[in-house]
Amino acid sequence: MFVYLDHTATTPTSPEVMKAMMPYFGEIFGNPSSVYSFSRKSREAIEKARNQVAASLNADPSEIFFTGSGTEADNWALKGTLEKAKISGKNHLITTKIEHHAILHTAEYLHKVEGVDVTYLPVNSEGFVSVEDVKNAITDKTALVSVMFANNEVGTIEPVKEIGALCREHKIPFHTDAVQAAAHLKIDVKAMNIDMLSMSAHKMYGPKGVGALYLRRGLHPENFIHGGAQEHKHRASTENIAGIVGFGEAMEILQGRLEEDKALNSARRDRLISGILERIPHAKLNGATGDNRLPNNINFSFIGVEGETLLLDLDAKGISASTGSACSSESLDPSHVLLALGLKHEMAHGSLRFTIGRLTTDEQIDYVLEVLPEIVSRRREMSPLWEDYIKSQA
Amino acid sequence: MALDYSKKVMDHFINPRNVGEIPDADGVGEAGNPKCGDIMKIYLKVNPDTKVIDDVKFKTFGCASAIASSSMATEMIKGRTVEDAWNLTNSAVAEALDGLPPIKMHCSVLAEEAIHEALNDYRAKHGMEIIPVEHHED
Ligand code: FES
Repeated sequence: MFVYLDHTATTPTSPEVMKAMMPYFGEIFGNPSSVYSFSRKSREAIEKARNQVAASLNADPSEIFFTGSGTEADNWALKGTLEKAKISGKNHLITTKIEHHAILHTAEYLHKVEGVDVTYLPVNSEGFVSVEDVKNAITDKTALVSVMFANNEVGTIEPVKEIGALCREHKIPFHTDAVQAAAHLKIDVKAMNIDMLSMSAHKMYGPKGVGALYLRRGLHPENFIHGGAQEHKHRASTENIAGIVGFGEAMEILQGRLEEDKALNSARRDRLISGILERIPHAKLNGATGDNRLPNNINFSFIGVEGETLLLDLDAKGISASTGSACSSESLDPSHVLLALGLKHEMAHGSLRFTIGRLTTDEQIDYVLEVLPEIVSRRREMSPLWEDYIKSQA
Repeated sequence: MALDYSKKVMDHFINPRNVGEIPDADGVGEAGNPKCGDIMKIYLKVNPDTKVIDDVKFKTFGCASAIASSSMATEMIKGRTVEDAWNLTNSAVAEALDGLPPIKMHCSVLAEEAIHEALNDYRAKHGMEIIPVEHHED
């Protein structure tokens, strides 16, 4: 059995999306920048996709800019805004400790190369940023606030609307990395006071290699990719037409099934969560619960075991999952998100994330609940840490 | 991070040999990994006449590479004398496992160190001289 439970890492491009993309690999290959009538079809395809994405966010099509990825959109929002702000003497960026590396490493770069001051806001034990903390961090030098919409590791959904309102009050642009959130939640950039928003197609059953930045009209960050006049002179590069078409299509399909998916996913999520809590002693759920958690995210820590071993044991059973363990990261550091939630190193070590999606079935949830307890208890049996932990509990 | 472990590593990880404890062990050693915070514990049973390691058990909290290294290392010192067992190096363990990814070499150091600690514990209890344990990264 192949049980794919890593939908947050990526999703398969859906067949309808692929079908919509196909003509743009061969038949309709014209460069949108060319003058002849043949290339008009390419231009039209891109504009259709722009409309589809804009409509999903309640934005104007002129506010949507396609990029090569969600990471690029994040880089653009941060670097472009901070570079532009230099003119007015502003050099302060507010973000959080639990952002994706696309934000964190960009912030580190800006600090190192541009001398930008960065405030990394803490989160509470469930992963929430406090609006009050954002307020207290604002200075007259603040050029941008960037807080993710929902966390990719633990699924906590941040109070973006309130943070956006606060930023409006202080006339500071507000960016949100919605790479995960956009795949599961209804987003209305106007109602939610969002000025900039990053997205990625492959998290929502679209193709890899295409993302977008929503940029509210009136905002003019410096360009990030320099060259030709594509994307209304804001993002050079010959357009990835097939990818953009796929993104638009994926986004439109998603809007049509958002509520249905949400109900189905949250029910399965909660069944998996309570099933694990019932069957595995000393299991700790990481992140928030209910509506404040992405409907597809399940993240646990199992004291006494190390995450990479769990992933390999699960893989041997056909299950694909993910972990925040130090042993499974390039840097041998545990997940910065779990540490920011206040987890001890050994708890971050024993973390396991399942993210469900369109490939998930009820049988698969049962199957995980059947094999996981055995895997955890077997690895705990060979762990000196578990032994110590149990003794300390006695 | 994607890791492609050798078949041997996977074999020792899936079916680790010598897992457990020895309640009346003659030597017990523990080593911790400063890099990622893992722990390995080794128990030795030594024949009083021949000084041969008759039995060895381990418990490890760590990644697949740490578990496979513990398993392989315990196999490699079983049947050797306490003097001879000291010479087991982490690179010999890694080699016996058909190699470890470079970033995972430190996990085999853990095995070498835990064995050294256990041997020293035995030596101390038997009036033998303690050998200083050298720490290294990989
Ligand atoms: S024990 Fe942590 S990387 Fe091997």
